[in-house]
Amino acid sequence: MMTVVFGIFLLTLLVITAVAIVKEENLFTSVMLTGIFSLLMAANFFILDAADVALTEAAIGAGISTVLLLGALALTPRFERKGRTGRWLALFVVSLTTLVVMYATFEKPRLGDPNAPVHQHVAPWYLEQTPLLIDIPNVVTAVLGSYRAYDTLGEVIVVLTAGIGVLFVLGLPGAVGDRKREDLATGRTYLSHHLVPQVVGRLLIPFILLFAFYVQFHGEYGPGGGFQAGAIFAAAIILYALIEGEREALTVITPRMLMWMMSGGALLYGGVGIVTMLLGGNFLEYSVLAANPVTGQQLGIIVIELGVGITVAGVLLAIFHAFAARGR
Amino acid sequence: MSLVQQLPALQVAVPLLTAPLVILLRGPALAWAAASAASAMAFAIAIALTATVLSQGAISYDMGGWPAPYGITLNIDALSALVLLLVTGASAVTLLCGRASLGQAMDPGRQHLFFAAWLIVLAGLSGIAITGDAFNVFVFMEISSLATYVLIAAGSDRRALTATFKYLIMGTIGATFYLIGVGLVYMMTGTLNFADMEVRIADVTDHRPILVAAGFITVGLALKAAVFPLHIWLPGAYTYAPHMVTAFLAACSTKVAIYILLRFDFLVFQGNFDVHAVRFVTFLAPLALLGILVGSAVAMVQGHLKRLLAFSSVAQVGYILLGASFASAAGLTASIAHMFNHALAKGALFLAVAAIATRVAGLRLDDIAGIARRMPFTAAAMALAGASLVGIPGTAGFVSKWLLLQAAFEQGAFGIMSAVVVVASSLAAVYYVWRIVEAMYFGTPASGETATADSAVAEAPWPLLAGLWLVALSNIYFGLVPSLPITLSETAAIELLRNMP
Repeated sequence: MMTVVFGIFLLTLLVITAVAIVKEENLFTSVMLTGIFSLLMAANFFILDAADVALTEAAIGAGISTVLLLGALALTPRFERKGRTGRWLALFVVSLTTLVVMYATFEKPRLGDPNAPVHQHVAPWYLEQTPLLIDIPNVVTAVLGSYRAYDTLGEVIVVLTAGIGVLFVLGLPGAVGDRKREDLATGRTYLSHHLVPQVVGRLLIPFILLFAFYVQFHGEYGPGGGFQAGAIFAAAIILYALIEGEREALTVITPRMLMWMMSGGALLYGGVGIVTMLLGGNFLEYSVLAANPVTGQQLGIIVIELGVGITVAGVLLAIFHAFAARGR
Repeated sequence: MSLVQQLPALQVAVPLLTAPLVILLRGPALAWAAASAASAMAFAIAIALTATVLSQGAISYDMGGWPAPYGITLNIDALSALVLLLVTGASAVTLLCGRASLGQAMDPGRQHLFFAAWLIVLAGLSGIAITGDAFNVFVFMEISSLATYVLIAAGSDRRALTATFKYLIMGTIGATFYLIGVGLVYMMTGTLNFADMEVRIADVTDHRPILVAAGFITVGLALKAAVFPLHIWLPGAYTYAPHMVTAFLAACSTKVAIYILLRFDFLVFQGNFDVHAVRFVTFLAPLALLGILVGSAVAMVQGHLKRLLAFSSVAQVGYILLGASFASAAGLTASIAHMFNHALAKGALFLAVAAIATRVAGLRLDDIAGIARRMPFTAAAMALAGASLVGIPGTAGFVSKWLLLQAAFEQGAFGIMSAVVVVASSLAAVYYVWRIVEAMYFGTPASGETATADSAVAEAPWPLLAGLWLVALSNIYFGLVPSLPITLSETAAIELLRNMP
């Protein structure tokens, strides 16, 4: 009962926020509202018992993407330009889509119904077999890391492609053929004249980094894994860049190192697949990695999650630096 | 396991894992060499897989060793083999012969990122064609779309960026619609595996979510496939992309979306919806016919070479859908064979455009006036490919158009109407192809060009010319000996119709 009340409350806020984002003309306010939107979304996912997704949404949606949007905002005017063409058509299409989705929900199984098809077919097998085949408590990690590892490899490549795209269009500061790193901001930064964020930020960074590693290596037992850990790690470095300046951040992790992180993580993941093939298994069949198939599965999942974390952190940092360098 | 058994996984893994390596390479030449090698290897794997499918029937491969429906399974049947051949072949030819054209389009410092994105597009499109899992299709659709935006944004014209943005918005809506549809199907069946879905959906077909899912999936994929009137992203994207990218994408990218559309509509929904055959026709046939008419008509009045060919592509997507909307073996065979043949014709035409662009600044019809005197081989190949696009007997384009007309005549009054539209559109194609040929052979260069420049032969670089002629001659080869595409299409048509009442 409480869940339903919370759900209705959060969803109502979500709709209000969404309408506010659309209506708002000040882009800075819009960006802030998207952060709130993601946070509400994360709370919703949490209520639906999807803790892993909630963590990702909070770290990437509310955290990193807000910072990236702010970085992009430095390149654009502050206010939205009024566009008049096609608004009614857009409104019509959106309303129609909404009505069609509502029509579909009339015959959908009740939320949490144990007899719903999703709980009857594949899911019970995952729940029963995971303790025997992989023996880790977090079944979500087992599904993403092993049963559907090929999809997850695809998602890592999606993240990598996003990085490639941004670097291709904007360029990476300090990389070959780009402006010199010395031109970048140092000392005077966004937060340099605010004492409180500086002090608090410096205190927080080590703990954020530690938490990133915890989320990375605890993914088999609790919510978490490479995607979330990579985002949290990147958040810590971005905070450092905001306080100390981008040049200092790029001295800690150089542009060349960022490129290596971007591709190295994906290669580590794919490399596991190649190794399993060489050992006589199928692509990403971790069971062949060790004498005991269960150990092999666990080993495989730990290595590929590490690959995910490295690529995600590298790409997010590269995108941040690309935007931040353009802003001045 | 032997190497041969691993080929399905390698088909995607080779380009997918070469891409991250390529971004680490310094120097555009090395990046290009690595990308070309991976692409050529992917083409070789596709040929090997096709040979296996032709001799032994469909192949399946369990990713991670997990059986379907718990893991992700790759399935290669005749239809996916044909699409794989198109995707990998288009990529291999355009990359191997396109170095000069691509080097012209962008500065060397960014080329390694470009080639990485190219390989990711290749892996993404092959991944869609090879998988047997509905969600995996979405993942690879994201991969290929995102990387495609990068490739188009590489165009030297600033308008490439706005064209990319338009495509990005439309493409994202299309992919989201597909995802909503797959989500609804998963909600009602509890599975993501195509084969499993085909069986389990039978119990729940009369439920509204499945009906809505069919709508979302069809509209989403139609957006990706540039079905009229959802084609508005296509002309800009094709026009402003680098020429080699246009040749690659025009040959295969919309076809991959049509491939999934056919697979979903025929195998998952068709046999299980009692009236679905009717609905497929009522929904897609008018759009196909309108697309053919509007695409051809607009192509007739275009002054820009690439834009003209882009609108012709809108019409060609119409032909492919028209054959499918007959929902008959003959119609589907024609439709699938036309995917193959159109890829050959349009690929050759855009390669010729790229060849011309290496020597001429503009690509309006006025700019290429009299080009045949300076670039005789390029112009001849373009005329040949144009003949195939029109459907002159003896070319590949004729084979599939003839099959389409035959299929149409089986359909009674509606078929006669479709046949009339196809013939009318072919006449339009004669007109717009003739405009190109006329400009190339009989046009006089604009004043200001001296007589010496006019008479000097300045052909395109030889690798580009070789690739162009390879594709142009294959239009003739598959026009005279069409057994490969026809066998694959006939087998695919029978497979697609297996659930039909």
